[in-house]
Amino acid sequence: MKIAGILLAIVLALAAQTTIARHLAGGSAVDLVLVVVVYVALTSGSVAGLLTGTVAGLIQDSLLSTGLIGIGGLAKSIVGFVAGIIGTQFIVTQSLPRFLVFFVATVAHQAITIGLSVVLGQQSPGAPYAAVAGEALANAVVGVAAFQLAELLPGAVERRRMGKSRLRR
Amino acid sequence: MAILDVRTRSGYLFLAVMLGHVILISAQVNSRSGVSLLESVTFGVFSEVQRGSSSGFSSVRNVWSRYVGLRHVEAENASLKRELDDVKIQLQERRALADRAKGLQALLDLRDRSNLQTMAAEIIASSSSPDFRTMTIDKGTGYGLRPDMAVIAPAGVVGRVVIPTLRSSKVQMLVDRNAAVGALIERSRAQGVAMGSGDPRLRLEYVSETADVVVGDLVVTSGIDGIFPKGFTIGSIDAVEKSGPSYKRITIKPAVDFSSLEEVLVVLTPTPIHQAEGGRE
Repeated sequence: MKIAGILLAIVLALAAQTTIARHLAGGSAVDLVLVVVVYVALTSGSVAGLLTGTVAGLIQDSLLSTGLIGIGGLAKSIVGFVAGIIGTQFIVTQSLPRFLVFFVATVAHQAITIGLSVVLGQQSPGAPYAAVAGEALANAVVGVAAFQLAELLPGAVERRRMGKSRLRR
Repeated sequence: MAILDVRTRSGYLFLAVMLGHVILISAQVNSRSGVSLLESVTFGVFSEVQRGSSSGFSSVRNVWSRYVGLRHVEAENASLKRELDDVKIQLQERRALADRAKGLQALLDLRDRSNLQTMAAEIIASSSSPDFRTMTIDKGTGYGLRPDMAVIAPAGVVGRVVIPTLRSSKVQMLVDRNAAVGALIERSRAQGVAMGSGDPRLRLEYVSETADVVVGDLVVTSGIDGIFPKGFTIGSIDAVEKSGPSYKRITIKPAVDFSSLEEVLVVLTPTPIHQAEGGRE
């Protein structure tokens, strides 16, 4: 059930990434798939983060990348694994720590991706600091928002059920 | 660094995923030679494995072939030793044959040179005691041999036939103490009689006081004894002892080595003594 939910999240993130996000202002700066990977890693641990990063990254590479398939998968696997370890070793329940994790995870992901691309001759050397920082900021905001949403959503449903039962009485 | 400890199950999984990604990426990246990096690395690694296995196999094969080779060498060595022994024996036989052929050739040369009618004979026995210096040859009266026929060899005079039988004859050597032969110093033409003494040397007797005899002079047959043809070598002067004006003792070293004789020639040509005996008959 949990695996199905993760796969569904990945598919939705990819769909949103390729359809909705690119129509929003600054939407192209957000990597929703990476947000899903870090989210799963923080909530489910390093192994889940690793496997989610692998699957999501490979799917994203095969669908969106025009270069080598596997660079994104490798980067997201590393980031998911390390984020999962951080999530289990440290208390990451507040918004600020979560913001930092998403921010650092995005920077690390970009560093790995750009580094591998340069090493393998897929990209000329260079450091797009502004773009990386913008993406890290956007991912962190979206990630923290996703956590908030996920924590509020079950409570809202419960509250709605409670209100309905009260009206019947 | 507990958080990066890869010795856990998740750590192994992480390494496996990383390896899978690296392989996936390598399969798509071309090396400088244009071949896929994965293919290149895989081939490089596998070729080293092949090299190692080939080297190991070669070593084992070499050791085995050398072991088998050593066993073959041992058998071959024994076989070669046997073959070498056979060849040595054959060589000795051939050498003996060659020596015999050489001796016979010398006899033939002597017969051609001497213009005498001769009969070749092989020495089948010899007696070398001081009292009796004789030998037995394999020809007798059946081949025309008669007593007092001269026996010669390529090196010089050997002796004379003393007792001929139908198929063999006894020959008295020059060194027998009862043997004597008319002698002539080739250089000075001085005459005497060479006599056996029972030892390896001959004595030259009846030499004139005025005769010129020195050590090293060649002594040949004079022919006056009616047995030995004139001019055949007896030996050379070995020692000369004088007592006043006369010669006290003259010794001759025989030209023939009696101990190594194998074949001789018997002179069949009638000598004066035979002719006289023939006339009386």
